[in-house]
Amino acid sequence: MSFAQNPMSRSFKANAGAALRDRTLQRAMGYLGFREKRLEAVARLPEFEALRDQAREIKNHTLAHLDFYLEAYEAKVLESGGQVHWCRTPDEARRAVLALCRSVGARTVTRGKTMIGEEIALNPFLEENGIQPVETDLGEYIIQLRSEPPSHIIAPAIHVTKEQVAETFLAKHAAYGKTRLLTEPREMLEEARGILRDKFLRADVGITGANFLVAETGSSIIVTNEGNGDLTQLLPKIHIVLATPEKLVPTLEDASTILRLLARSATGQEYSVYTTVSTGPRRAGDLDGPAQYHVVILDNGRTAMLGTEFQDMLRCIRCSACLNHCPVYNAVGGHAYGWVYPGPMGSVLTPSLIGVDQAGALPNASTFCGKCESVCPMKIPLPKMMRHWREREHEAKLSPVLARWGLKAWAFAARRPLLYRAMTRWAAAILGALGRRHGNLANLPLASGWTEFRDLPAPEGKTFHALWAERGR
Amino acid sequence: MPEPKTTAKPRVGLFVTCLVDLFRPSVGFAAVKLLEQAGCTVEAPAAQVCCGQPAYNSGDRADARAVARDIIDAFRGYDYIVAPSGSCAGMIREHYPLLFAGDAETEPRARDLAKRTYELVSFLVDVMKVASVPARFDGAVTYHDSCSGLRELGVKGQPRALLKTVQGLTLKELPGAEACCGFGGAFCVKYPEISNRMVADKIADAAKTGAGTLLAGDLGCLLNMAGKATREGAALDLRHVAEVLADMARDLPPIGKAKV
Repeated sequence: MSFAQNPMSRSFKANAGAALRDRTLQRAMGYLGFREKRLEAVARLPEFEALRDQAREIKNHTLAHLDFYLEAYEAKVLESGGQVHWCRTPDEARRAVLALCRSVGARTVTRGKTMIGEEIALNPFLEENGIQPVETDLGEYIIQLRSEPPSHIIAPAIHVTKEQVAETFLAKHAAYGKTRLLTEPREMLEEARGILRDKFLRADVGITGANFLVAETGSSIIVTNEGNGDLTQLLPKIHIVLATPEKLVPTLEDASTILRLLARSATGQEYSVYTTVSTGPRRAGDLDGPAQYHVVILDNGRTAMLGTEFQDMLRCIRCSACLNHCPVYNAVGGHAYGWVYPGPMGSVLTPSLIGVDQAGALPNASTFCGKCESVCPMKIPLPKMMRHWREREHEAKLSPVLARWGLKAWAFAARRPLLYRAMTRWAAAILGALGRRHGNLANLPLASGWTEFRDLPAPEGKTFHALWAERGR
Repeated sequence: MPEPKTTAKPRVGLFVTCLVDLFRPSVGFAAVKLLEQAGCTVEAPAAQVCCGQPAYNSGDRADARAVARDIIDAFRGYDYIVAPSGSCAGMIREHYPLLFAGDAETEPRARDLAKRTYELVSFLVDVMKVASVPARFDGAVTYHDSCSGLRELGVKGQPRALLKTVQGLTLKELPGAEACCGFGGAFCVKYPEISNRMVADKIADAAKTGAGTLLAGDLGCLLNMAGKATREGAALDLRHVAEVLADMARDLPPIGKAKV
């Protein structure tokens, strides 16, 4: 199942309600652990705040000169013996990947973790074309077996409990002669590792994402904790890197600066276990490596964000700090968002990629608590951009008619203090009288959104301005 | 930080906030008392209604600007504008300049207003240098950091510093004090189920402290939390921090509770 083929963002509210009532999901989401670890990692690095400013400047500079750096990057890739494939749409990217797979008669393709792969629904497409994609990140492997999309951008199976993983393995690993219901995570890891080892050796093509593209050297960089990315890209004949233009940084030094923020912001590690830099295919004298190195760069609407109020979003390094700290994401999980990128970064990015008419609910589903912006290593003003989406929605009259009328009526009254005072005097008196006995109201017509779950505290009875006037102040 | 004027009493325009005006005027009077104790002259301009957040956060910039212009006019000439709310003060201080960015006539006036605008408790501590309050409150309290005050205005230590000077009061830190309570203006009625989950977590966290009273500096959050507490029958009183600091809690029932 792929959100890219079947967006569900329009039904965010219903999805969220179902997620809140899903006890298994709530148990799986119960403790994320990333927040405390991030806090500890940040406390251990005095220059963390200074690094955030540096990182923001690196990306701002790159985005301001993106054309220059993209060309410089391509020249370096060519120089190192690789190739760059420029793709405007998901369809172009899928076809570029398929053509490369077909060029070596690929039957099996291993995949390192990449959200771009989700964005272009690559796995279903490869399967339709007779090629078996195998996810090699353990979390991605689990959800591939379960035919589910990821629910988190770095912990894709965060919504799955240990018991569910055991059941899934029991059902899907019988074909490999594994028929015991496992109970320990360690055993599950070993079983998956044994099966994946064979897939690595058989793969004709390995596809990874990229955390960075480096213009200075034509390199791509990935970070992983399992080492699966290295096996994915080293063993097959062809290594395909799936990336997008905003992954670019000018130099290796710049990548190093941002790398110091990435894992700390994501999991609270100082560095991920593996940081792998790839530059071109295997050279004469290299002990291993792919014979061909290709980079597929997908735009899919990103460069159209340049010069708009959404440009800052292109600084995102997909660390997931905003998801991990978002009270809404933590309550409902990633699938409720109904598209590839969940959480605050998704609420800004998704409308850019699939349209605010499809994804308008997402930027509305925020209290603007600002926690996401406060933990973003790239200082992306996420709430501000969610508000900009609400503005686009309002301008296009996509928000509910009743809400727009309500706003108009409110604005009319709010601009007329005398009328407003008269209305609020009555409201305070009536609500105050109704609620006098208990101090609150359990039911109120037209306010079920409030009173379904909470009482409405009753007003004291007179407005401040009425009392202020009475007291002759 | 601007220094308090030594020659004359600072003239403060009280931004009452629409929620305090309608639901809990006592919070406004508590603010007046605290400001006067600190040596300010306080007025509450009659032309004020709302800071404009309902429109601004709904993407309706035109109405938000219209409402904000009235506020800019209403608060001309005051040394300071003080609100018993981090949310409304944050709107004026952080967002008015953005709302009028590029408007040659209004942007300078919005910036001028913004730099004179403060949240009540941080104004008392940071600007008026208030170090203690003559108040008494017998019991343990815990404190929720409302999001806008905390993250837009840096309100964190000020309310705790003053609460510690209240006689008889014990302050217990709230686990997850910086987590949103789920109010979020229209969010709580647009996404009631998610909001409910957030406020239920908040009430559960407050119960863990063993404090009988949960304080905060924003009435929106307080109405949300108080409404949840009474619905769940939690043994928890909700109050605006200004009520306690102004020594007015004795004569005023907690939010959402009847006079006894």
